[in-house]
Parts: sequence; C-alpha cells; structure tokens
Amino acid sequence: MKPKHQRLILAIIAVIGLLVASLIAINALSDEASYFYTPATLNDQNVEIGKAIRLGGMVKQGSIQSASDGVTINFIVQDKDQEQIVRYTGVTPNLFVEGSGVVADGRLDKDGIFIADNLLAKHDENYVPRELQDIDMSNTQKLEKSVVQ
Amino acid sequence: MIHQLANPTRFLKLARPLTPILFYCGLILVLGACGWGILFSPDEKLLGNTVKFIYIHVPFAWLAIGGWTGIAIASIAQLVWRHPLASVAARAIAPIGAIFAALCIITGSLWAKPTWGTWWVWDGRLTSVLVLFFLYLGYIALANASSEKGQISRVTAVYGVIGAVNIPIINRSVVWWESLHQKASITLTGSSIDSTYLLPLFISVLGFTLIFTAIVFMRMRAALANIKIEARMRRMAEDTHEIGS
Repeated sequence: MKPKHQRLILAIIAVIGLLVASLIAINALSDEASYFYTPATLNDQNVEIGKAIRLGGMVKQGSIQSASDGVTINFIVQDKDQEQIVRYTGVTPNLFVEGSGVVADGRLDKDGIFIADNLLAKHDENYVPRELQDIDMSNTQKLEKSVVQ
Repeated sequence: MIHQLANPTRFLKLARPLTPILFYCGLILVLGACGWGILFSPDEKLLGNTVKFIYIHVPFAWLAIGGWTGIAIASIAQLVWRHPLASVAARAIAPIGAIFAALCIITGSLWAKPTWGTWWVWDGRLTSVLVLFFLYLGYIALANASSEKGQISRVTAVYGVIGAVNIPIINRSVVWWESLHQKASITLTGSSIDSTYLLPLFISVLGFTLIFTAIVFMRMRAALANIKIEARMRRMAEDTHEIGS
C-alpha cells in the first residue's frame, strides 16, 4: 500500500470518528441547547413553578386580549397540538401579531399561567411581499361581507 | 484535472487572467442585485423594509460557511496528497472567511434589533456562527505561527479538518434545537421566499461568491510570489556566502 493511500484511509477514519463523537455530544445536548420551551415540551417536562425559562411558539389567532388596565395582555402561545396561556405587561414588539412567532422570557405561576417579563418576536422562514398579503386580505374581507349580506 | 491545477505554475497561468474577470463580474452582479433589491423590492408582510438585509446577510453567511468548507477540503488535500497549492489556498481563504463571518454577524444583528427586539441571543444558530468566527481567528493565528517557506504546518491542517465539525452544526442548529433564528428558507425541495426577493438574492450570492474567489486568487498569487522571492533570496545569500569564503 502506498503511503498516500495509508494517509487517505487514516484521514477518512479520523473524519468518521470526529463525526460520530460530535453526533453523540449533540445528542446529549439535545434539549439543553434549545433556546426555549414549546408548549408541548413545557407540559412534558413538568417545569417547576417560578423557574426562569423561555417559552416559544405561535400566537394563536384571535387569542390576544387586553386587560382592563390597558397595558396588560393575555394571549395563547401554541405549537402543533398544545397551548399555553401567557400574560404580559408592557410594550409589545412591532412584529408581535396573531399567527406570528413569539419567544417570551418569564416563569409559570401557580395557576399554570406563563408570566412574561419580556417578549421577542420570531420571524419564520417565509418571505411574502406586503402587496400580495393585501390582495389576499381584501379578498377575504369581501367574502366575509358577502356572507353577512 | 485537480493534479494538473495543483501545479503552481499552471495555477498561476489560469489565475492571473481569471482574477480581474471574476472580481469585476462579481462586483457588477452584487451592485446590480443589491441596487435592484434595495430600491425596488417590495416591503415584506411583517418585516417591512428590513427584509432588504437578506441581500447581504445571506451571501455573507453562505461564504463564511463555504470558506471553512474550502479550508477543510484543502487541509485534507494537504494531509493526504501533499498538494503544493492546498496549504496556500487554505491560508488565503482564512482571513476573508473571518471577515465574512463578522459581516454576517453584524448584518444579522442590525436586522435582529428591529425584528426580534434584541441585538443578540444565545440560540443555537447565532452561537455556532460566533464559534465559526473564533475558529477562523484560531486558524489565522496557528497558520501565522507555523509559517515556513510559505507553507503551513500539519497541525494547522488538522485544525482545519476538526473545525469543519462546526459546519453541519451551523446548518442543523435550527432543526435540532428550538432557536430564535428562522429555519432554512431555501432547501432541496424548494424555497419559501417569494420570487421577488429570491431572484436578486440569488444573483447577489453569485456575485459575492465571485468576489470571494477573486480575493482568494489574489492572496494565493501573492503568497506564491512571496515563496518565489524567499527562495531566490536564499539562493542569493548562499551564492554570496560561497564567493565570500
């Protein structure tokens, strides 16, 4: 065997070893390296009350409700099949709208409500021009009107 | 093919005319795509006009990752086949890759403040790209410390290969771990970016890639010229020594 081939085999073995080692490490990290809990992982893992965590997911359509004090809002964060009620007092980010992503810093209270101290908006992987969106919305509004009539 | 190109003389013959062609073509594409994208592309549904960061942020990210992939391939070529050009190429890529990684982080941060509401978070994607930037700095330091006759040491090459572990981590970070950074928009199965943004983005990525390649060629040519000068100086020093004795 030529030394060149020996080195090639050694290099391949080294690269494979490196990949396996890092895969094992990443697997061990798995949830630890997540930036936030989703409603599903929050329910699964019985996170203790009052522990500082982050919760992320979609703001459920039609779920944002303003409280009587005018600065507090309640809304529901959802993932595929689970939901979590969130309460937040303060100014919301510009991109905080129903149907969009959100990540909240805060903690669970004893009633199972997530009390958020800070909200970060999360943008998803879709990029759609505003004009197209307007056309869609005007169509649905027309539809709604015609239904009402 | 690769063996032929690994010959420095043949490489120089090709790289000399290619460098200005790649650079100016790249510059025209980048200016065209960014001009078009920034002036004419419509506001995004939620992002508004900050969507325009896409035309520079994505090429920077792509080349920061592509740069290290190049270093890793060159390092393997150096270790296994002892290609004379491999280490020159790897060393030429490193500082440019580092600059692109830094630009990727800076543009991302400028976009994140109005979008997310924060300059920085320690999620999987952002952290792994910051690690990439530091890996580049480590590579540059190691390559400079081990420099000898323009070549770099095997330790540096091994570091180049090991550092490549971070590349699939960056790519998968938004899939494996919940992250604030969005998931991949452009995948093998298609794209979730509207075509009004996608076309200038694609041209911008191509343009920046050409510029990146042109700068790598410039640096490789300079390095090869330096090696030649060093060799000539050494020969001259030996000659004068012989005459003197």
